Amino acid sequence: MPNLFALILLAVLSILAAIYAVLTKKTLNAVIASGIISLSASIIYLILAAPDVAMTEATIGAGLTTVVFLYALKHVKGGEDD
Amino acid sequence: MIKYLLTFLALLGIGYMFFPLVMEFSTPTRLNPLAEAYVSSSVNDLNMPNVVTAIVVSYRGLDTLGEVTVLFLATAGVGFLLRKRNHEAIFRRQGSEILRIGASFLAPLIIVFGVYIFTHGHLSPGGGFQGGVVMASGILLMVLACKEFSFSHNLIHFVESLSGVGYVLMALTGLLLIGFDSFLDPRFLPKGEWLSLFSSGAVPIIYSLIGLKVGSELSSVIDSMQTGGEK
Repeated sequence: MPNLFALILLAVLSILAAIYAVLTKKTLNAVIASGIISLSASIIYLILAAPDVAMTEATIGAGLTTVVFLYALKHVKGGEDD
Repeated sequence: MIKYLLTFLALLGIGYMFFPLVMEFSTPTRLNPLAEAYVSSSVNDLNMPNVVTAIVVSYRGLDTLGEVTVLFLATAGVGFLLRKRNHEAIFRRQGSEILRIGASFLAPLIIVFGVYIFTHGHLSPGGGFQGGVVMASGILLMVLACKEFSFSHNLIHFVESLSGVGYVLMALTGLLLIGFDSFLDPRFLPKGEWLSLFSSGAVPIIYSLIGLKVGSELSSVIDSMQTGGEK
């Protein structure tokens, strides 16, 4: 069952990324880690034969939400970083 | 010490709450009656291979209309909160040559891919929302890579309003042409040929309108995040 193996690997990856996002001191790394969680969730959906949900998760969760977080980070820092 | 104890107790409580859910879980081997009705009638009523699109656009069309409204309100809120102030432009370094040329090469391809996703929403996975977000990510790539990139705000707002009005008009056309209880019914256009682009009623048109609306809304969100805000 290579699918089951990939599922367990992705689940472990997303749990590790979640723990890292909580524990890390740098906000930027936490945002990237949350993007990794969304990306692995979208691959999990794809393996579980839900391509529509996988596309939504990949575009909105991994793409747009990460970018919105980064913009918010830029505004919080007063626009000194680009 | 007491803090850790309380946290441990809270974790135990959550575990106790979810324990029956995990224990009683079993993988269903057949569809429940509602899902079975959807799967069989999406082919019979609408001649549509993608059942998810059939549910989102046709059977649960009112929910989709509500979702589009929520997205519109969220966009209006972001545009209001992050509207442009009259302050000097934030200094941005010019991107490198490779970055700019690569982005201007990739962005049209990404936008065309988004258009492909929402026009083929009734045939292949994806649909209006996904295609719209892919289009907006093409715009995002240009905004991030090129300092001087700007697009017409009037055009974006025009497209957004036009597609919103078009969606509601499509819904009302179903009401007028078919009958009293068929608001948002896409069956007023012919079913067409199985697996062809113009098939399954008005679903491709409705999903294209939703895709254009979502894409233009998210593009204007990205633009107001890039340029607006308090300094």
